[in-house]
Amino acid sequence: MAIATRLLLDVLKPHHPDALTFASAVADGCGDCQVTITVVERDEKTETTLLAVKGQALDLDAISATVRELGGSVHSVDEVEVHAGTPPAAGGE
Amino acid sequence: MGSRLRILLELGQPHLIARRYFVTNGFDGALTMLGLTMGFYSTGAVPVPVIISACLGAAIALTASGLSSAYISEAAERRKELMELEQALIHKLDESAHAHAARLLPWLIAAVNGLSPLLIALLIISPLWLSQAGLRLPLGPLESSIVLAFACLFLLGVFLGRISGQFWLWAGVRTLLVALVTAGIIYWISG
Repeated sequence: MAIATRLLLDVLKPHHPDALTFASAVADGCGDCQVTITVVERDEKTETTLLAVKGQALDLDAISATVRELGGSVHSVDEVEVHAGTPPAAGGE
Repeated sequence: MGSRLRILLELGQPHLIARRYFVTNGFDGALTMLGLTMGFYSTGAVPVPVIISACLGAAIALTASGLSSAYISEAAERRKELMELEQALIHKLDESAHAHAARLLPWLIAAVNGLSPLLIALLIISPLWLSQAGLRLPLGPLESSIVLAFACLFLLGVFLGRISGQFWLWAGVRTLLVALVTAGIIYWISG
C-alpha cells in the first residue's frame, strides 16, 4: 500500500486565521508532520496559498477536513510524494 | 483546545470588543447610578429601601438592555461577515471555526455588555445594602454610594488611559469631570 509522505495543496483560505495560525492548526491535526504555507495571491477577503505538508504517513482527508474547519478549501492536489509499503519507522527518511 | 481558542480569538477579536463594551456600558451603569443617587440625595428624606429598589430596577434594565442590544447587533454583524466571506470563498462555512465564532462570540460579548453595568451598579449601591444590614459607614449610605460612583468613573477613565497609553491621571480626571458636571446638573435641576 502506498504511503503519502509529501503533499502540495492549492488552498483558498480567508485572511484569518493568518498563515502561522493556519499552519500550526494543520500541523496539530496531522501529528508528526512539517507544514509550510506560501501565500501566492492575496485578494480583498481571501488568500490563495500553497500548503506543503511532509510527514511519515499523510492522510489527505484529515488534512482537507482541518483546512475546511479553518475556513479554507483544497482546490487541487498539485504534487504528491508516496512511498510503497508500510510507513517508514519514526525518525527514518 | 488551546489552538482552537487561539483561532477563535484571532477570528473574532472578542477580547478587544468585550473590553470596549465593558467600558462603554460600565460607564453607563456608573453614570446612571450616580444620576439616581444624586437625585435622591438632592430630594432628601427618601427611605433607603426605596432607593435600593429604584437603583436595582435601573441596574436590571441596563443589564437587559446591554445583553439584548449587544447580542442582536453582534449576531447580525457576524452573520453578515460570514455571508460575505462565504461569497468570497465560494463555499459554505457551516462547519468552520468562522461559523463557530459567529455563533459563540455574540453571546460572549453580550454577557460582558450586560454584566458590566450590573456589577458596577451593585458595587455603587453596596453601601445602601450595608447600611440596611446595620453596618456603620464613615459617611451616610447615599453619600457613600455617590463617592463610590465617582471612584468607579475615575477608575474607568484610568483603565481607558492605560489602554490608550495616555497619562492615567489625566484620563481618570477627564471621566471624573464628566461625572462632576453630570452630578452638578442633576443637583441644580432637582435641588
